[in-house]
Amino acid sequence: MHERIDQWEFVWAALAIGVVGTLVMVGWSLWAMMRAERRRDSVRRK
Amino acid sequence: MHGFANPARFLRLARWLMPALLVPGLVLSLGALAWGLALAPPDHLMGVTVKILFIHVPCVWLGMAGWSTIAISSIAELVWRHPLAGIAARAAAVPGAVFTALGLITGSIWGRPTWGTWWVWDGRLTSFLILLFLYFGYIALSDAAQRDAGAGGPGAGGAGRVAAIFGLVGAINIPIINRSVVWWNSLHQPPSITMGKSAIDGTYLWPLLIAALGFSLVFGGVVLARMRMLLAEIQTEARLRRKALG
Repeated sequence: MHERIDQWEFVWAALAIGVVGTLVMVGWSLWAMMRAERRRDSVRRK
Repeated sequence: MHGFANPARFLRLARWLMPALLVPGLVLSLGALAWGLALAPPDHLMGVTVKILFIHVPCVWLGMAGWSTIAISSIAELVWRHPLAGIAARAAAVPGAVFTALGLITGSIWGRPTWGTWWVWDGRLTSFLILLFLYFGYIALSDAAQRDAGAGGPGAGGAGRVAAIFGLVGAINIPIINRSVVWWNSLHQPPSITMGKSAIDGTYLWPLLIAALGFSLVFGGVVLARMRMLLAEIQTEARLRRKALG
């Protein structure tokens, strides 16, 4: 029995996971950096 | 190298270098993926799944580059006691782990239509999975070291050194991953790009190289962002401790 596979579904899935994963990592790192620097600046001001 | 040991000087550099790496990196990597998706023809063996390689290969390279960064920074931390080396190593761990996980996932998605299976326990895949577990161990160790240092614990320096030694010992896995397809029988193909030579046709090679360059720039930008975050956390902790001591 042969299984029919639509290769495009795999291409879209891999690209979506790769791109979304990378963008989430970039966004999370920038957010964490800004939060840490805001906290440092507020502690300095007090 | 010690010129950038001063955190203020490093921060001045990182403030303009981080966006200068991130923005072109994102443009290049997304552009190369779109190029590969729209213009690269289907391969005669792999079909359209060859387009998955434009994201899979850069992720795998950066998974290994991440650990190489940890190992080199660990040497600088242990041998020269460079103050930013430990921070650079810790900053490379999370993006390295993310790219390793993405390399495993995209490779598995590529394997299903090409090999007929999501996973095989061969040398390449298993050693790369071990790399992901090494990242988890390193992140846990270095977090514990920073918590200890933040609490002013007596073993703070020692825990940092343990993480650096772990980073060095784990580097043994990098040549194993690289040579696994030569040393053992594997479903995975042998290296297609070696020093100065490529078995890949130019139609696929150029978008692949541009994607690799773009993702590398993104990796560099993320490492700088995380170094700024770690430095800010250390400075906050130090100031709070000084205030608590009066």
